[in-house]
Amino acid sequence: MARPVLFRAPPAWYIILRLVGARIWMSLVLLLGVSVIVFAGTALLPGDVAQMILGQGATPEVVNALREQLHLNDPGWLRYLHWLGGLPTFDFGDSLVNGVPVAEMISGRLGNSLLLAAFTSALTVPTALLVGITAAVWRDSLYDRVLNVLTIATVSLPQFLIATLAVLVLAVHLHWLPALSYRVDISSPMAAVRIFTLPVLTLAFGIFAQMARMTRAVLINTLDDSYIWMAILKGVRPVRLVLHHALPNALGPVANAVALSLSFLLGGVVIVETIFGYPGLAKLMVDAVSTRDMPLIQGCTMIFCTGYLVLVLIADVIAILANPRLRR
Amino acid sequence: MIDRWLREAKSGSDIESCWRSGTATRRGVLCLAAAAAGLGAGGLAPMSARAAEPKRGGTIRVAGSAASIKDTLDPAHASNSTDYLRLSMFYNGLTVFDEKLNPLPDLALSVDSKDAIVWTIKLREGVTFHDGSPFGAEDVIFSLMRHKDPAASSVGRPMAAQFKSAVAKGAHEVELTLESPNAELPSILAVSQFVITKKGTEDFSKGIGTGPFICQMFSPGQRSVGVRNPTYFQSGKPYVDQVVFFGITDNAARVNALLSGDIDIAVAVPALATPQIKAAPGFEILETRAGDYTDLIMHVDAPTIGNPDFIQAIKYLQDRQRILDSVMLGYGELGNDQPVPPANPYFDASLEQTPFDPDRAKFHLNKAGMVGAHVPLVCSAAATGAEDMAVILQNSAQLAGLNIDLQRVPVDGYWSNYWLKAPFAYGNINPRPTANILLTLFFGSDAPWNESHWKNPAFDKLLAGSRGEIDPAKRKSMYADMQRMIHNEAGIGIPIFLSHLDAYASRVKGLHPVPIGNVMGYNFAQYVWLDG
Repeated sequence: MARPVLFRAPPAWYIILRLVGARIWMSLVLLLGVSVIVFAGTALLPGDVAQMILGQGATPEVVNALREQLHLNDPGWLRYLHWLGGLPTFDFGDSLVNGVPVAEMISGRLGNSLLLAAFTSALTVPTALLVGITAAVWRDSLYDRVLNVLTIATVSLPQFLIATLAVLVLAVHLHWLPALSYRVDISSPMAAVRIFTLPVLTLAFGIFAQMARMTRAVLINTLDDSYIWMAILKGVRPVRLVLHHALPNALGPVANAVALSLSFLLGGVVIVETIFGYPGLAKLMVDAVSTRDMPLIQGCTMIFCTGYLVLVLIADVIAILANPRLRR
Repeated sequence: MIDRWLREAKSGSDIESCWRSGTATRRGVLCLAAAAAGLGAGGLAPMSARAAEPKRGGTIRVAGSAASIKDTLDPAHASNSTDYLRLSMFYNGLTVFDEKLNPLPDLALSVDSKDAIVWTIKLREGVTFHDGSPFGAEDVIFSLMRHKDPAASSVGRPMAAQFKSAVAKGAHEVELTLESPNAELPSILAVSQFVITKKGTEDFSKGIGTGPFICQMFSPGQRSVGVRNPTYFQSGKPYVDQVVFFGITDNAARVNALLSGDIDIAVAVPALATPQIKAAPGFEILETRAGDYTDLIMHVDAPTIGNPDFIQAIKYLQDRQRILDSVMLGYGELGNDQPVPPANPYFDASLEQTPFDPDRAKFHLNKAGMVGAHVPLVCSAAATGAEDMAVILQNSAQLAGLNIDLQRVPVDGYWSNYWLKAPFAYGNINPRPTANILLTLFFGSDAPWNESHWKNPAFDKLLAGSRGEIDPAKRKSMYADMQRMIHNEAGIGIPIFLSHLDAYASRVKGLHPVPIGNVMGYNFAQYVWLDG
C-alpha cells in the first residue's frame, strides 16, 4: 500500500550533510563562548595556581615570585588571548602546574576515559533498550512494575554508595576483584575483566536505569498514537508492530536520551575515578580546577564539550535516518 | 648541641665501619639503631621490636592520600606528604632524623661548627647518583643554594635565606656560612626540600638522586615506581626490590584497598577508620605522635574576640579529653595552648595544664561583659577535625552562657580566604622539624603566619637568642619561657595534638614512628621489608 505523499521531502543525505555543516559552525561558536565563560569562572575562584602549587606552607614572597614567573600578574584578557592564539595550531598551551603540554596530559587519559565509556555503553545500551522496549510492550504487567521499582531504586542510589558497597562486598570480603583499577591493563580478557568490572558496574547502574526509563516512556507515547491503533486493527503482529511501526518513530527521542546519558560517561565519572583510582579525564579536570590550572581546565572543557556535541549530533543523525518520512 | 652533633657524627662513622666490616645485616641494623638510640636513655625499647632478620625482595605497594597533577620530584616544589615520600625514595639529605628527632648523618659524614655561623660539612666519598656520576661538594652547593634563587620559587626559600655562602673545600667538603648563628643547622639540613640533587639539574622529573630506589616511572597524579638501587651507599638496604607508590585521595577507598589486599601500606588513615582496620585480621596501625595540631585562632587585635578575658574563657571551655576521644578516638595527646608537642626535646612538662572549667570561663566572660553574647566561629573540614571540635566547643560554651554561631565554609579555598583572615576560626599546622622553625613561622612578631596577630618583643628576643645559644640547658629554659608566654598570652587554643595514623598489612615489617610525619617521617621505603 503506497503511503500518501503530502510533500516531497529532500533526501536524507542532504539533510544530514546540511545538519552536520551547520552544527560544526555552531559548535565552534559554542566552544568559544564556553571557553570565555570557563576562563571567567576560573578567575573568580579563590586563590590562584601559584598558591596551589606551593601549598599552605609557602610565604607570600615565594608565591609572588612564582606568580611573576607564570605571568599571573598580566591582565586576564591578555592571558586569555594568549591561550586562544595557540588554538589555530592546535597548541593548547602548557600546564601551569607542571609545565607539561596540555595535549600530552590529556591524550594519555582520554584513551582511558573512552575505554571505560565504551565498555559501559556496550553493556548498558543494548540491555537498557531491551528492558525499556519490553517494559513498554508489557506495560502495567507485573514485569513492568517490578522493573519500575528497580530502576527507580537504582537511579536514586548515589554512585559513591554503590561503588563503596561493591568494593566492600566484592573486593574486601569476597576478594573476587581488586578494589583498585589504577593500572589500565587490557592485555588479556581476564585482566580487563578484573579491572573494569567494578567501575563499569557502578557506572552502568545509574545510566542503565535512566536509559531504560526514557525508552519505555517514549515508546509508550508512540504506542498510544492513532496510527498504531490503525496497525493493530489491520492485524499487524505484535513484534512487527513494535519493531517496524512504533520503534522507528520513537528512535529519535530515545537516541537523544541515550546520548545525554553517555555524555555523562566522559566528564561525570569523577566519583568512580576517585574511588577506583582510575586514571581518566574527569579526575584530571578536578585536579586542574583545584589547582586553578587554566590551560588544562580549558583543554578538558573543550574535550567534554566536543564529546557532548558529537554525541548529540550522532543522535540527531540517527533520528533522521530512522524517521520513516525521510527514508527512501 | 654542637657537642652532641659531633658525637653523632662519630657514631655515624661507627655505622660506616660496621657496614664495611661485612658483618651480618642484622648486626649492622643494630649498630645503626644503637647509634641512633645512644642519644637518649631507654632508646633500646623500640629496637627489640625490629630485631627480626629483614628479608629481601618483593614489591611493596603504597598508597598516599594525595594524587594530582602537581605531584613533583623537584625538592623546591615539594609541599605535601606524598611529595616528601617520593623524595625520600629517590634522594638523600645531608642528614636524616631518627626516632627522637635527632639529626643523624646521611650524605654528610659530619656537620660541625665552632660558632654556629661557619659550618664544615664533610661528605661521604664514593657515592654515585643513579646515572653513575659521582656525588661531591658541588652537588651539595647547587642543591642548597638553588633555593635562594627567586626563579626556583622554592618552598624552602625562607629557610634557605639564612645560607649566606657555600664554598667547596675539596671534592668532599663544603663550608657553609650562615647569616646569623643557628645551632640547629644539622636539623634544618634534614628538611625534605634540602635533599641533594645532581649539580645543574633542570628537569627534575627523572628523579636522579643518590637514594635507595631508582626512579623507573613517575607520572604525576598516577604512579611512581622505584626499583632497588644496587649501589646504594647504605649497603644492605633497601630490602624490597620495588616500590609502587600512588595516591588514592578518598579515605574510604584507601582503607578498602588495604583491606582487600590491593596495597600493603595506606598512608594517613582517618582515626574513625581504625576500628574497621583493627577488626580485620592481618592489619596494623602505626601511630606517630608528631605534633600536628588543629588550633582555634583568636585575633588578639580584633574587637570582642581580642579581649584577653574572652580568650581565657575559650581556653577554659575546651573540653580537651572529649575532643581527643571523639575526634581522634584517643589517637593523640592533650594540648595546652602552646605548639611544642611532648615528643619534642624542648617540651616543657612543668607548664600547668589548662582544665575544662565552665565556671572559670563564665567568670572571665562576665568580666568581658559577654555572657549571652553571640559570636560567629568559622570552621571547615579543611582543618582536620575542626568541624567536630567546633560543635563540641559550641556545646561547652552554652554551659558558660556564650552562644557560638557556627559558620561552616567549604574546603576549597579555605586557606586563602578564611585562614589568617577570619578573627575567630580554625587553622591546622603540620609538624616542623625543630621547635625553633615552628615558633619562628607562627609566633614571631613578624612571622609570615602569625595566626593570632600576637606580638611580644620579649618573645622575639628569646627566639632570636635561642638560635645562637650553644648551651643546651640554657636553650631548654629559653624554650620553656617561650612556651609559657604563648600559653598565657597568645590567641591560640590548641586543644589536642593529632597523631598521624598509617595502616599496613602485618607482613610489612620494619616500620616504627619517627615523629615528623607519616610512615617513619616519610622515609619508610629503605627500612621496610616483607615477611612471606
